[in-house]
Formats: sequence, structure tokens, C-alpha cells
Amino acid sequence: MSISIKNISKSFKNVSALKDISFEVKEGELFGLIGPDGAGKTTLFRILTTLLIADKGEATVANFDVLNDYKSIRNNVGYMPGKFSLYQDLTVEENLAFFATIFGTTIAENYDLIEDIYIQIEPFKKRRAGKLSGGMKQKLALCCALIHKPKVLFLDEPTTGVDPVSRKEFWEMLKRLQQKGITILVSTPYMDEAALCDRIALIQDGKILEIDSPQNIVNHFPKKLYNVSANKMYELIESLKKYEHQYSVYPFGEFVHYADKRDVFNPQDLQEYLEANNLNDVKIEITNPTIEDTFMELAK
Amino acid sequence: MDNQNVIEVENLTKKFGDFTAVNNITFKVKQGEIFGFLGANGAGKTTAIKMLIGISSPTSGNAKVAGFNVYENVEDIKKNIGYMSQKFALYDDLTVKENITFYGGIYGLSRKRIKEKRNQLIEELGLQNLTNELVSSLPLGWKQKLAFSVALLHDPKIIFLDEPTGGVDPITRRQFWEMIYKTANKGTTVFVTTHYMDEAEYCDRVSIMVDGKIEALDTPKKLKELFKVSSMNDVFLKLARG
Repeated sequence: MSISIKNISKSFKNVSALKDISFEVKEGELFGLIGPDGAGKTTLFRILTTLLIADKGEATVANFDVLNDYKSIRNNVGYMPGKFSLYQDLTVEENLAFFATIFGTTIAENYDLIEDIYIQIEPFKKRRAGKLSGGMKQKLALCCALIHKPKVLFLDEPTTGVDPVSRKEFWEMLKRLQQKGITILVSTPYMDEAALCDRIALIQDGKILEIDSPQNIVNHFPKKLYNVSANKMYELIESLKKYEHQYSVYPFGEFVHYADKRDVFNPQDLQEYLEANNLNDVKIEITNPTIEDTFMELAK
Repeated sequence: MDNQNVIEVENLTKKFGDFTAVNNITFKVKQGEIFGFLGANGAGKTTAIKMLIGISSPTSGNAKVAGFNVYENVEDIKKNIGYMSQKFALYDDLTVKENITFYGGIYGLSRKRIKEKRNQLIEELGLQNLTNELVSSLPLGWKQKLAFSVALLHDPKIIFLDEPTGGVDPITRRQFWEMIYKTANKGTTVFVTTHYMDEAEYCDRVSIMVDGKIEALDTPKKLKELFKVSSMNDVFLKLARG
């Protein structure tokens, strides 16, 4: 196992940030920790990277214990925190050289690992890190986290606030790093990114809701799900919420995702109810649940 | 100006030295519309919004917001719009009640009106037990809902939302969008930027900026048909990646 977490708990004053968390990440796996702000993702990252000590439980990273072998862990992991943490006053090149030196290596030694990322920021290598755009900062931070060829890479919300194009490019980079044998634990609040991981843990309020492959998690959704649309969105949501048989009603883009309480559900009944509520162009079609549907079902 | 349009933008341009951040954009937004304003980081969205809310003067072109000209009537614009972003929202070290009172004062509401609005807002949000709590102690989702309501205290014609829902859980995000629908349903125009492409699908119409220009503007449905893809995410990728 590349990462092993057993019964980890952590509290800050009266806030319980992590409640008895356990899971394992296999070697070479791209594992996603999916949950909103305040779920405990960063606390878990800080425990695994030996920056914080858990109240209870055990954990190993690259087979080193987070308490006893913390120095070995620090030499064997790369960590990209959610907040940009490089030296703003150093140039791109200087930051990279600094991190290489700290880890007792050189840029040349592991250049093949960062090459296809570094190439994109190399034209700006004399620019101070503080003057880079968001996307370039993110790429530099990833290079610095990789320069000592870590066995395990921790990425805490690397794509938050990043536009869809840069997000897609970032995930393509992660896939390539995975192919080079690096185990990756990545956190994100974006449910659509979950589908790009081998396995994911859904986390909320310090508790793991479920761990599985994205496909299996979706398969576990307990109800049939329908796309409902009509001419007036606000009235549609209101009417569906008032429907006595509704199990769940969530807006989903141009549709509302609807599940019914009854075992036998005839969409025609709902159609008539909605039309009686002055809605036109009512359409009800069966649809496939997404990870977000499952998350909301589990978090209810 | 057509009574139906609350925002009218014509050939609006902003240059910083040699760099054209916003390049000749033209669009209109109707009353009660939910208008999505999308674009990659650095595409010029923030610069465009700053001109529309009257805190940055255009280099050329024209724009009217809530019926007021962005060159001459910026103070009138500010009185008639609400603004909320993730970064600028509420004062953490004031209580829920104090925040509402403070913003009511800033917007020039009478004491009586502030009191009415405060009670109404607290009841609508179900914050009765939290009125004397510091805003810093509220969960992020509550803060966002409160910030949204506070930005509407003075009954503006338009509310600008700059990436309002970052980081919150999917259920809270949906509650937030239900508030947006409700607001638009009452006739307030909602002008929103977001990086969540599924949220773009909630909008009545969406514009996508690429390198300072508006490259696409239509309903999400028509944009998906136009680009022959199944999601707004794919529309965005096609446009922004060329």
C-alpha cells in the first residue's frame, strides 16, 4: 500500500475535523478525495505530510509511519498545498533550483519528470513567481513538488478557481505522472473531476461517505432518476418540491433531477400533476445518476 | 433605451497600455434574466464587470446599466445594483444582525426599512437562532446565502455575482441557485460568472469571452446545438481551445 490510514481522528478546539477515517491507496493509483470546503480534506493532507499530528489513529505513507518516520516521509512525498506557497520574490527558475537543492538533488537529475510541464513556463523563467498568472503558478508549484522524484504526490485542490480549459490540461498532466509510477492523492470540490480518478472517497463533515471506483459509486444510487423540464424553471422546482411522492428534487442544469418515493412510479402521473400546476412543455425522461447525485443522496 | 433591457453594451473596450483586455464587446441583458458571463482566467471578464459596475472607466464604446451611463452616472449605477463575490462579501467580525444593519446603512435605507428588511431576511433564511453570532462562525454555505441576501437589501435592478458558489457542497449550491431563480422570478436581473459549467446550464443565456471578445452568446441549449456537443463544458472547451 502506498498510503494506509487507520481510524484517524483530529479535532480543533470543539470542531471535530476528522472522525475515524480509514482507507488505503494502492501503489500507482490516482485517488481522489472529493468533498466541499470544511469537509476535512486539508487536515487529512497535513496529517499525511507530517505537518500535523492526529489525535487518534495511525497512518503510513510509502510504508513510513507518519509519527516515527516523518523525516523519511518528507523526503519521499511531494505536496502542493491549496494556497500558493512558493517564494513570490524568487523567479521561476530560482524557486525550482531552491526546492531541488533543499532535497539534495538538481533540476537536471529529474528533468524528465517535469519536462512537459516546465516547458510551458520556461519562457517566463526569469519572472518572479508573484507575477505569474494563476495557471502558471499552478504549473510551477507542481514542478517544485515533483523535482525530487517523490513516490507519492499530494495535491490539495489544485484546480480550485481554475477555468475548465486549464483544469482539463491539469488532469492530463496528472494522468501522465501516474503513468510514470507516482501515486497521487488529489482533493477537489469539483464532482466532475471525480470521474477521472481510479478510485474516490466522498468526504463531508470529517466523515467518509463512500469509497469506490467512480462507476461503482454511481451504480450504488438507490433510485431511478428522471430528468424533468418545463417552460418555467422556478415554478417547476417549487411544484416538484410540493409533490407528495417526491423523494428528491435537485436542479441540474437545464433539467431537474427527480426521484420518486414509490416503488412503482408512472411518469404520466407526475406529468398531469405538473400540467395542473400551470406548467407547459413538460418532459420527463429517465436519466443516469452522476457522482454528484450520489454525493447528495449520501449527504442527505 | 428599450424598457426590457437593463444592461446595454455597445463596442465596449478597455485597454491597459498596448494590451486590450476587453475588445469591442456588444450585448444586452433583459429584465429578470439570469445571464451567465463566462470565460477562461484572463479572458477579460473581471475587467468588463468592473466597467459595468462603475468602478473602471472604459477606453471606448458605450454601456448603460440600469438605465445609467457608465461614463457619467456611475454613482447612480452603484445605487441600483447589488454585488457579491467570494472575496468581498460580509464582515467576519460583525454579527449577522450587525452586517445587515451596516449594509442597510451603506445603501441609504431608513432605520425603519432596515428593521423591516432585517426581520424579513432573517426569517426567510431561517437564521433566527444565529442573529447574534459572528459571521466568521457560520458555515460557508450560510455566509454565501446571507451575502446574497445582503446584496439585495436595497432592491437593486441587477445583481452581479462573481463566482458566488466556489467550494460549497452540492446541496448548498443548489439551494443557492434556487435563491437565484426566485430573485430572477421577482424581476431582478442576475448577472453571474462561474467556473462550474453545469451552472452555466442554469442560465437563461450565456456569453463566453475569449481573449477579450465575446465569442458566443445564446441559450445553453442553442449553444450546445451550434457546437454539436452535449454539455456546456464541451462548448467551453471547443471555444477556448480553438
